[in-house]
Amino acid sequence: MTLPYAPIGKPGSSVANKTGGWRIFIPVFNAELCNGCGTCETFCPEGIVHKIEGGDTFIADYDYCKGCGICARECPKDAITMELEEK
Amino acid sequence: MRKGMPKGCHHNGAGGEMTGKLKSGRMVVEGSYAAAHAAAMCRPDVISAYPITPQTHIVEDLSQFVADGAIDSKYINVESEFSALSALVGSSAAGARTYSATTSQGLALMHEVLFNAAGMRLPIVMTIVNRSMSAPINIWNDHQDSVAERDAGWIQLYTEDAQELVDTTVQAYLIGEDPDVSLPVMVCMDGFILSHVFEPVELLDQEKVDEFLPQFSPVRALDPENPESFGMFVDPEYYMDFRYLVEQAMDASRQKIADAARKFESAFGRYYGGLIDTYHTDGAEIILVAMGSLVGTLRDVVDDLREKGVSVGLLKIRAFRPFPIDEILKVVARAKVVVVLDKNISLGTGEGAVTTEIKAGLYDSGSDIRVPVMGFVVGLGGRDIPVGTVQRIVEKAKTVAESGVSGRSEFVDLKHLRV
Repeated sequence: MTLPYAPIGKPGSSVANKTGGWRIFIPVFNAELCNGCGTCETFCPEGIVHKIEGGDTFIADYDYCKGCGICARECPKDAITMELEEK
Repeated sequence: MRKGMPKGCHHNGAGGEMTGKLKSGRMVVEGSYAAAHAAAMCRPDVISAYPITPQTHIVEDLSQFVADGAIDSKYINVESEFSALSALVGSSAAGARTYSATTSQGLALMHEVLFNAAGMRLPIVMTIVNRSMSAPINIWNDHQDSVAERDAGWIQLYTEDAQELVDTTVQAYLIGEDPDVSLPVMVCMDGFILSHVFEPVELLDQEKVDEFLPQFSPVRALDPENPESFGMFVDPEYYMDFRYLVEQAMDASRQKIADAARKFESAFGRYYGGLIDTYHTDGAEIILVAMGSLVGTLRDVVDDLREKGVSVGLLKIRAFRPFPIDEILKVVARAKVVVVLDKNISLGTGEGAVTTEIKAGLYDSGSDIRVPVMGFVVGLGGRDIPVGTVQRIVEKAKTVAESGVSGRSEFVDLKHLRV
């Protein structure tokens, strides 16, 4: 492949970089314990925790979740657990 | 006009420009004025600089030109050298021709931004008024400031007198803005020795400079209609390849530096060499090597010694980056000794950078050139380099020319310590 002469790129191109590959621990969301408060969505530094389509509970976009564990730490119902992800 | 200066009696000798065009033609001016005038003739869209001795007069003159309406440049006032160069990185990325000037601690404060400007391939031109580095704090000349930035990816051109500084400034834009190069350029002049001395200088004519130097046409530029991100984050997958591209561009600049010097000669009738210049090197047994104003002193020494029958010549390094090792090897191939006078010291190696790089180039040449290289650290922090000192160095070189064996580099003319 050829490179441009300088590190110049299109805006929004970071979406193409699926940073989920950096993850070691994966947040597992337990829908039964979740009360839908949205604390996990508020605290996610990547902005990739969102409501499940057509539901009231939450889930992460695993393409971009880096596994920082903040959602699990902040969840008032302990509905998120960090598990070692085997790849 | 500076405070306290009567009208028509401008400190720089060129008379007070109030409005309109700057004067051109041959006149006696301060080196700093010559530098400012040369920069102005290149029509920079944006100038940003922070005053620091001995560069101050250049930015004072340029801001005066702007205030007087003599040039159309936008002058961005900043609080530091870091900001000055950062402002130019943004301006250059937006397609502006840009200029700055600094020295010593100011250049050091730009350190991080220097790498950015080069890595982003922005052809900023900056005059470096060479001065020593602190500590101890000292405002006088040596080459430590710019030599310390040799790995930043900037082309570095050193000049011997004010006229060469003027002419090289114009060439610098032509070289840096070439699409095959697209790199920033430092044009170096010795602090005080050149910046504060009044010399007869041919100040360039605007029309002739316009003819010589086309408008800046960037390879890519920021454009709100077609948004792009400059200086992007690059992971290990790409980083090394981008660094290789900078090295390739440096390599491409070799021919462009030589071409720009010849093109300038055709247009203006003055020539200072391409990457290097030589003086009486044909058949010379002893070859002196130096950069900057010291070359002027060495020309006199060579003249004097030649009259006395000493086989000595002079190699001037105009381009320190890219380092002109092929050109140097050709010149020293048949010499008996190479004598390098370094106005810098790479602490911990015991010698100046030019000495080290010539030695490295000799070993790496793949040729059978085996010539001893003697390194001398001279003139740090403004210590004079009188003719007598150079003559004593040449006496030592004669011995090495016979034995073929050189020793370690040495500090010359220490006053209060013994080597």
